[in-house]
Amino acid sequence: MRSFAPVLTVVGAIFVIWYGAAVALNSAWAYDKAKRADVSLSFTEMVADTMVQKKPLLPAPHQVAVEIYKTTVQKKITSKRSLIWHGWITLSATLLGFAMGTGLGILLAVGIVYSRAMDMSVMPWVITSQTIPILAVAPMIIVVLNAVGVSGLLPKAIISMYLSFFPVVVGMVKGLRAPDAMQMDQMRTWNTSKAKTFWKLRLPSSMPYLFPSLKIAMAASLVGAIVGELPTGAVAGLGARLLAGSYYGQTIQIWSALISAAILAAMLVALIGVLQNITLKRMGMLR
Amino acid sequence: MNKEVIIETKGLDLTFETNDGPVHALKDINLTIGKGEFVSFIGPSGCGKTTLLRVMADLEQPTGGTCTVNGVSPHEARMARAYGYVFQAAGLYPWRTIGGNIKLPLEIMGYSKAEQIERVSKVLELVELDGFEKKFPWQLSGGMQQRASIARALAFDADILLMDEPFGALDEIVRDHLNEQLLALWERTHKTIGFVTHSIPEAVYLSTKIVVMSPRPGRIADIIESTLPKERPLEIRDTPEFIAIAHRVREGLLEGHSNG
Repeated sequence: MRSFAPVLTVVGAIFVIWYGAAVALNSAWAYDKAKRADVSLSFTEMVADTMVQKKPLLPAPHQVAVEIYKTTVQKKITSKRSLIWHGWITLSATLLGFAMGTGLGILLAVGIVYSRAMDMSVMPWVITSQTIPILAVAPMIIVVLNAVGVSGLLPKAIISMYLSFFPVVVGMVKGLRAPDAMQMDQMRTWNTSKAKTFWKLRLPSSMPYLFPSLKIAMAASLVGAIVGELPTGAVAGLGARLLAGSYYGQTIQIWSALISAAILAAMLVALIGVLQNITLKRMGMLR
Repeated sequence: MNKEVIIETKGLDLTFETNDGPVHALKDINLTIGKGEFVSFIGPSGCGKTTLLRVMADLEQPTGGTCTVNGVSPHEARMARAYGYVFQAAGLYPWRTIGGNIKLPLEIMGYSKAEQIERVSKVLELVELDGFEKKFPWQLSGGMQQRASIARALAFDADILLMDEPFGALDEIVRDHLNEQLLALWERTHKTIGFVTHSIPEAVYLSTKIVVMSPRPGRIADIIESTLPKERPLEIRDTPEFIAIAHRVREGLLEGHSNG
């Protein structure tokens, strides 16, 4: 692993900055408490206090780590206080939304590549859809679907799909158009049908474009699922933990949900990276 | 000449409409290619030699005159898969093995699995690539890749082989070798070959007929029937006969240039 040293350096730097910021931001509350108790704090006492506050402005990394440990390893998975239980709620919506978004994205891309009318008419709407803030759209999707009796997983997955189909469309349109004029001419000389040109040339050619799109789509999908959990009144999911945390000023809970979401996203994207390596290696496109 | 006519053009004209105005790519092309002939098209860039080959392959549409392939229009000939076309780049799919690449047109044309396997091994042997069936394109040299692409064009039943500067990107030594192989292959398969090149020795060495073309507008400057015997070792290039034909090709090219 040649990239280990630089990665560790960056992680180290982040921890240094994080601890520094925690001391700076939490010191005011430490001094405030001391003033009311009529004691004076030395610098080391102040620093010690900023590391152990119950509701710090910025929790220290070890506080977040302990909270994550308590709510994952030390809680039963079925418990409503388990971060794994909440994580699974969010993950299931993410994966469903990702699958739907990928499917929709590929279908739209095929349509755009094969139909000039769709190329002219659909693409502008695809782009427009992404300029609307998802925070504005999400509650409406939830409310409207709830009114027609659809609730739970699906509305969140639809918000995930809304965010994740876009990178797939853009990547796949580019990918399906990747074969050059010569390759297309060659297919013509064999009098190849459109369907066979798609399966034998266009689709395999698009693979190097598909996977980077999937990585972005996966991350967007997770954001979509979390956003989708906010307007439902924070019942379950990582989004719910974020919202509940902010209602009650539980900053440690907010940060632990946030870090968990980031770890989840990193794992999902890494998983696609592994699939990408296997596929492209088998296709002789990676050496 | 009493050979069966395979490709015939009469008064063929082609004008491209471009943003800079019309470009007269082909002007009044009259040409007959008989069965089993090896016809080279030679000329400077912009003389329309590739365009002419593409018209025969129904990859470009002429704006005037007629062109027939096997007695029918190029479009019908393409629909009937009457020709194999070899492009300047080998254009092998990186995700398919050499065998898989050669199978590609066979799969598209619906040959049976057993016949695909049989034909792949036959054409691989024909281009002297036996044993490379399971290799991927990147494991082969440029010359071998181009041979694989020729094998691919030979794999299905087309009596016509159209080749657009297939050896243009290869070095001289590899090229000599491939030229020799191509002649042997032509001898064995009795195909009718149209071959675009910008190399005078290559054209003279390979062809039974050399079509010298000149640019602006693209037209035929000279048609030379080769007097060389069918049996052609590489050393034939040092004979006075060879040099005389090469000289006439060069004259044709020069003339076309000064008139243009």
